[in-house]
Amino acid sequence: MTGESLSADRSVELRPKMVGKPIRRTEDPRLLTGSGRYVDDITPQGTLHLALRRSDVPHATIRSIDISAALATPGVLAVFDASALEGEILPAIPTSRMKGYYATPIWPLARGKVRYVGEPVVAIVAESRYAAEDALEGVIIEYDPLPFAIDPYDGAAPDAPLIHEEAGTNTIISREFARGEVDRVMEEAPVRVSGRFRMTRKTALAMEPRAYLAEWDRRQRALTLHTTSNIPGVIRDVLSECLDLLGNRLRVIAPDVGGSFGGKGSLYHEEMLVCALARKLERPIKYTTDRLEDLTATSQAFEEVMDAELAIDLDGRILGLRADVVGNIGAYSIYPWTAALEPVQVVSFMPGPYRFEHYRGRIRGVLTPKPPTGPYRGVGRPSSTMAMERLIEMAARKIGMDPVEIRRRNLVNDDEFPYRTASGIIWDKSAFQQCLEAACAKVDYPALVRARDAARAAGRWVGIGLASYAELTGIGSRISVAPGMPINTGVETANIRIDATGAITAAFGIASHGQGLETTLAQVVADEMGCKMEDVQVLHGDSGLVAMSSGTFASRSAVLAGGAATRSAHVVKAKVLRAASILLDVPVDDLDAYDGVVRARSANATLTFKEIAKAVYSQMGRIPREQREELTASETYDPFFGTACSSTHLAMVEIDPETYGVTISTYVVAEDCGRVINPLIVDGQVHGAVAQGVGAALLEEIMHNEDGQILTASLADYLAPLASNMPRIQIVHVEADLPATIGGFRGMGEGGTIGAPAAIANAISDALSPLGIEIDTLPATPERLFRLVEAARSRSAI
Amino acid sequence: MSGKVDVAVYVNGVMYARHVEPRMLLSDFLRHELGLTGTHVGCEHGVCGACTILLEGRSARSCLLLAVQVDGAEIETIEGQGSIDQLGRVQQAMRQHHGLQCGFCTPGFVMTITDILRNHDVRGETEIREALSGNICRCTGYEHIVNAVQELLSEQERAR
Ligand code: FES
Ligand code: FES
Repeated sequence: MTGESLSADRSVELRPKMVGKPIRRTEDPRLLTGSGRYVDDITPQGTLHLALRRSDVPHATIRSIDISAALATPGVLAVFDASALEGEILPAIPTSRMKGYYATPIWPLARGKVRYVGEPVVAIVAESRYAAEDALEGVIIEYDPLPFAIDPYDGAAPDAPLIHEEAGTNTIISREFARGEVDRVMEEAPVRVSGRFRMTRKTALAMEPRAYLAEWDRRQRALTLHTTSNIPGVIRDVLSECLDLLGNRLRVIAPDVGGSFGGKGSLYHEEMLVCALARKLERPIKYTTDRLEDLTATSQAFEEVMDAELAIDLDGRILGLRADVVGNIGAYSIYPWTAALEPVQVVSFMPGPYRFEHYRGRIRGVLTPKPPTGPYRGVGRPSSTMAMERLIEMAARKIGMDPVEIRRRNLVNDDEFPYRTASGIIWDKSAFQQCLEAACAKVDYPALVRARDAARAAGRWVGIGLASYAELTGIGSRISVAPGMPINTGVETANIRIDATGAITAAFGIASHGQGLETTLAQVVADEMGCKMEDVQVLHGDSGLVAMSSGTFASRSAVLAGGAATRSAHVVKAKVLRAASILLDVPVDDLDAYDGVVRARSANATLTFKEIAKAVYSQMGRIPREQREELTASETYDPFFGTACSSTHLAMVEIDPETYGVTISTYVVAEDCGRVINPLIVDGQVHGAVAQGVGAALLEEIMHNEDGQILTASLADYLAPLASNMPRIQIVHVEADLPATIGGFRGMGEGGTIGAPAAIANAISDALSPLGIEIDTLPATPERLFRLVEAARSRSAI
Repeated sequence: MSGKVDVAVYVNGVMYARHVEPRMLLSDFLRHELGLTGTHVGCEHGVCGACTILLEGRSARSCLLLAVQVDGAEIETIEGQGSIDQLGRVQQAMRQHHGLQCGFCTPGFVMTITDILRNHDVRGETEIREALSGNICRCTGYEHIVNAVQELLSEQERAR
C-alpha cells in the first residue's frame, strides 16, 4: 500500500468505512421522482425564448440577411445577426502554446462567413419557443458559396480552399513524437504489419440536449447562467473575459445535468449568446437545442485516419511503431481544449501499455467544413487503441502466436514502473499484466478458444478479440489535459464547513452529471471526518462555490476532488477534536470521531458533532475566546502528475451470415482503477463506457456527404446502443498496489470506451480470419462487413 | 397565435384545464403548461423514449402526441409514481440496482417498466432487453436497469 493516508489514528482504520461500500446514491430519490432540476426545467417569470437560424451551406460568404419578415412574426421581440451584437461580447480565443497552431476565434453568431452546416447565423428572441421557431423561416439569408474540401487529405493540400483565411492553411495542428530510430528498425525488422485504420466521426449524444438560461439582475448588474455544461467553472472564467464581467457578477451554475461524455464540455456559441442577449434585453433568455441541432452543432469527435505500422521480432517482441495520423477537426478549434485535444492524444497514447523503444507518431489536424470536434469519452485513445491493438493481433496472427501471449511479452512488467513510453508518457505502477491475466481467467480463455474453434469448424463466424490499454487519469498541474492549453485543470478545492446547526456542507469545483459524486464524495468526507454520511451535503456545479473551479472531465473528479475532500475533512476534524478536548477536558489524543460522535477513549464521555458545533458557535463562554476556531477548511489537491488506469477487455462475437449483424456473446473487463470508492458506481461507469465503445464499434457514425450536408440528423440514423444490443459485462476489479494519489484513487470514467472498439474490431477480424479479413474501419456495420466478405470471396474466386 | 382551444386532462388523478394552441405537443403541455417537468424530452421524434407517459394505462410517447388529442384522457407521469420520501416500487428497484446515472432517461424508463409490469408478459433477459429497447439510456449500458426489471418481474411472479 503506497496510498498517502492521512488517518494516522489506527483505531479509526478498524472501523467500518463508507469508502468501498456499494452505497445507494443520494442523488437518486430526486431523479427517480421527476424532481430533478435540469436547465430546461427552469423558467423564471418573463423568460424569452431563443431559436437559431443555422447555416444550411457548408462554406460560404454571407451576402445579405433580411430579417424583416421574421421581426413581423407574432410573438417575436427581436432578431439579431452578428452585426447587431457588435460591442456586446468579445470572442473567445482557444489559445495554445503549440507551435504552428492557429486559434480560430469563437463568436456567438457567424460573421461574414459560414463554415459548417449548423453554424448559428441569426438569433430570434420571442415570447415562446413556438413563436421563435415560426420566425425562422422568415429569415432570408443569401450566401455566396465558397469552394471547400470535406476530406482532410484534400484540405491539407497546398492549394486547398481555406476555411479560415487568416490561418493561411487548413492544417492548424502538427505534432510529432519520436524516440529512437524507427525507420532503421522498420527496415531491419523480420516481421511488419501495417494498415490504414479509420475511426469515423461520433457524437457524445447525452440524452439531455444542451440548454442554457441566462438571467440578468438589473439591481446587482450581475448575470447568472444556468447551463448544461460539465465545466461551469471554465465557462465562468472565459465568459468573464468575453462579457467583461468579474466573477462576483457572473455566476455559472450547472444544475442537474443529463449526461455529457464530453459533448457538453466546451464553450458553445449559444452559451455566449444567451448571456449577451439577457444583459442587452434585461430579460431571462432560454435556449434549448433539439436533437437535430444536437447532432449538427454539438462538438463531434473521433474522426481520425491512422496509417500505422508495427515491427516485431519472431518472438513476438515489439521493435518499433510508426504512425501518421490525420484528424478531421471540423471548422473551429474549441474552447478551452482546442482542436488539438483529440488528434494529439491519438499519437501520444498509441504506444499504449507496451514496452518498446522506437517510435514516431505524426499528427496533422485539418480544418474542414464540418462541426467542430471536441472531447468525447476516451478522447483520442479509442482510436489509438484500435490501431495499436489491431496491429498487435495482426502481428500475432502473422507469426502464429496467441494474442494473449504476444501481449504478455510486451506489456510493461511490474518491476519496470515508472515506465516512460516511446511517446514520453510516464506510467506509474499499474496492473498491466494482472489485468490481462484476470480477463483471461474470468472467462476461462482456453475453454473459450476451444468453443470458438468448434464453432469455426462448424462454419460459424465466431471470434475472440482482446484490447489492453492504459490511460492517464487524475491529471495534476504538471501536465495539461490538452497540449499547450492555457488553463490549469490540475487543482481541485474542497470547502468543508460545519455550521451552527451541526450540518456539514462540502463544496467543490467539480460538476457531477451522472457520476454520482454527491454520493462518493460524501463517502470520502464521512470516513475522513468521522461524521455520518447522511449529514454531509455535497455541493458542486456552481462557479460561486469555490474560488477556482473547472468541472468534471478527463477522469479527474474522484482523484482530485476525492483528494481535496480528504485534506479538508482532515483539517475540520482536527478542529472538531480540539473543541471537544476543551469541552470534555480530555487531551486531543484521547479523542476519536466516528459516525458523528466524538468519544473519549479513557473516559465515558461523548459529544455529537452537533453539540460541538453549538458549543463553538452559539454557547458563549464554553470555549475560551483565543481557542475558538471556526469549523471550516478549504484545502486544495494537486496530484501534479496523473495516475495510470489500466485494463484489458476481452470479447467474443458471432457474425450472422445472413444479416451480417454482430452479436457480442461474451464481454469481460479487467481493470485496475485503484481504490474503489463505490463498487456499484464504478460498475455503472464501466457498463456505460463499454456501451459507448460498442456503439463506436458497431453502430455510431456521423455521416456527411460530399456537399457537406449531414446524413445522420436523427436518432433513427445515428444509432445509439439499445438494451438489446448490449451483452452482459463481466467486470474484474484487479487488486493491485494503490497509486500515490491521496486515498489511492485512480480515474476510471472513460476506460470502457477506450477498450471496447479495439476488442470488438479484433474479435470480428478473428471471426472473419478464415476469409483473410482484417477490420480497419469502425463502426463495423452490416453493410461494411457485407462488402468486406464479398470482396474477400471474389478475391479467393480468382 | 390565435385559435387556442380548451384542453382538459387528468394527470395522476388531478384534472387540469388549459387554453392552448392546437399544435402544442403533449410533452410541452405537461412540462411547460402544467409544470410537470419530470417528463423529459430527448429527441422530439419518437425514438428515445425519455418522454414516455402512460395514456389510459398504456405507454405512449408524449412528444408524438398533441395536447388536444388527449383531451379528456387519463394520463400518468413520473410525478405520480412515488415521492422523494416514499419511492414507488419501480423507483426503489431502480435505486437498489443503480439503474440510473444522470437521471435524464430515468422517468421514461420508470414509465416503460411500469407498463411492462402491468400490461406485458415478459420473460427472460432477452425479452426484457427487447421490451426496454424503445428507450435509450446513454449512461448505464442498461445492465443495472435489466437487473432491476428482473427483480421486479420475479417479485410479480411470486405474488401470482
Ligand atoms: S422525446 Fe419523445 S421519444 Fe424522444
Ligand atoms: S441515466 Fe443518463 S441517460 Fe440514462
